[in-house]
Amino acid sequence: MSELYDVNVGEQLPKLATGILGFDDISAGGLPQGRATLLTGSSGSCKTLFSVQFLYESITKYNEGAVFITLEETPAEIIKNVKSFGWDLRSLVDTNKLAFVDASPEPGETSAVVGEYDFSALLARIEHAAKKVNATRVAIDSLSAIFSQFSDSRHVRNELFRVTAGLKKMGLTSIITAERSQEYGDISRYGVEEFVSDNVIVLRNVAEAERRRRTVEVLKFRGAGHQKGEYPFTLTGNGIEVLPLSGLELTMPSSDVRISAGNQDLDRMCGGGFFRDSIIMASGATGTGKTLLVTTFLNDGCMKGEKTLVYAFEESRDQLLRNARGWGMDFSKWEKDGLLKIVCSYPEVRSLPDHLLSMKAQIEEFKPKRIALDSLSAMERVSVGKSFSEFVIGITSFIKHKETAGLFTVVPTSMQSVTSVSESHISSLTDSIILLRYVELMGQMRRGLTVLKMRGSAHEKEIREFTINDKGMQIGDQFHNVGGILAGAPMHIISGESDKLSGMFVK
Amino acid sequence: MGYILKLYITGQTANSVRAMENLKEICKELVKDYELRIIDILKEPQLAEDDKIIATPTLVKELPPPLRKIIGDLSNTEKVLLGLDLVRKQEA
Repeated sequence: MSELYDVNVGEQLPKLATGILGFDDISAGGLPQGRATLLTGSSGSCKTLFSVQFLYESITKYNEGAVFITLEETPAEIIKNVKSFGWDLRSLVDTNKLAFVDASPEPGETSAVVGEYDFSALLARIEHAAKKVNATRVAIDSLSAIFSQFSDSRHVRNELFRVTAGLKKMGLTSIITAERSQEYGDISRYGVEEFVSDNVIVLRNVAEAERRRRTVEVLKFRGAGHQKGEYPFTLTGNGIEVLPLSGLELTMPSSDVRISAGNQDLDRMCGGGFFRDSIIMASGATGTGKTLLVTTFLNDGCMKGEKTLVYAFEESRDQLLRNARGWGMDFSKWEKDGLLKIVCSYPEVRSLPDHLLSMKAQIEEFKPKRIALDSLSAMERVSVGKSFSEFVIGITSFIKHKETAGLFTVVPTSMQSVTSVSESHISSLTDSIILLRYVELMGQMRRGLTVLKMRGSAHEKEIREFTINDKGMQIGDQFHNVGGILAGAPMHIISGESDKLSGMFVK
Repeated sequence: MGYILKLYITGQTANSVRAMENLKEICKELVKDYELRIIDILKEPQLAEDDKIIATPTLVKELPPPLRKIIGDLSNTEKVLLGLDLVRKQEA
């Protein structure tokens, strides 16, 4: 056989963890060790922050020295800009953990070029700084600035190639940033990618439907694996946090413990209650009793001394309390006892990735055993592109890992229709689906309820009628002689006809 | 007041040697006294930090103000003199 094929397929280049939340997941372990990675993005895409965070985490998480080579902003500016994240770069410099190589242009200073030159000075300074702090990681920000200082970009490119080769020789893992003019198109200006083309990461800041969406994409890692495609990231108090949604693994533990929905009849219909760690979707048009279902679900948890958390995106706290009171449940007492936490906000207040992060933080802090989200469809209103399905996947997998039960409500697109956009997104992610439907019969609006799906358990298949009174939801008998309820067009079936139907299956 | 000039180089490369030779010729023509310091960044990297040198050779005219920098091997005397606001003997 030819030697060309003699490659160890399983062997991958070693990676160096960045410590940037979520990024190590999508990059399958971090940046390729001992190599240069090009980080490109348009202006305002967080290139500088990403590089600073890479170095900061290196020092604080892995106790490895780092060098920041700045060609654009002065070190003082950078130190000031990242202070809001609680990063004290100044003290890292003072304790010889971090070194700056300042090559920022001096304002008002002009330099002429006469004759041949090279960038050995820059390389010598990097080497000196790296030795001083015993660095393993460096960042150069941003290469585009150096091109504006020198007119002969071909010569500059060649010289920069020597610099990156020098970094490699020193065994440094580096991030090199470069500006790009469009979100989609050429990788970078000045053709920078040509000399650091082993590894490319793209940061994007795209406006979609009047909202900004930040994403990070590993375009290529030569000789090393990574997740493909764009992943949303957001800025938190701790810097950049990537949401590695599609990179999640289905490794949740599974529980056999059942919990009550707060309604004995409904529990029976579900074969004994919901599972402890299941996601339940309740779908119904407005007024079919979704919020009631949520209220009884939470109330039952509180009665058993479990902590419960509810996100209300359509009703205020007072409305929730009043509704609960109307059904004979005292939510203000549960709140006072610290068993219930109500979070009310308009979905519009922040973007979905930010919602996801703040919800995760609240869940982490409050540690509820039951979570309700009323309604998920409201979140869909503010979604852009893929962000809604990413949000749903993110929150469901997070809740499941916490062994918490989640009840999400969704509204079908029209009064009668069966499906909604959100259902198609999440129905496969949920463990149980409860349908609440209006049933128009003999000039009356009545309500019907059925359990469509109970993953891992038997459940009743009947469509039952239910009423709502001051005790809450009262589930009654199955609808007799009615067909087409789920199709949204109930039809009364004449009893002779139904006898004939049942006769068809009698042997 | 005389000139204070600094020439940054990185080791004895061809560029460094050419720059030093060219500068010596240029200095012969200067009208005033001058003080020239040649700094090898490989030996004294900290000095390059203060002047933010990224390319070598670089000639810095520190005094009299304004501060001027010339990057390259200084192969064109006219351009160097012009760029540094230096005055030739003949013109004085």
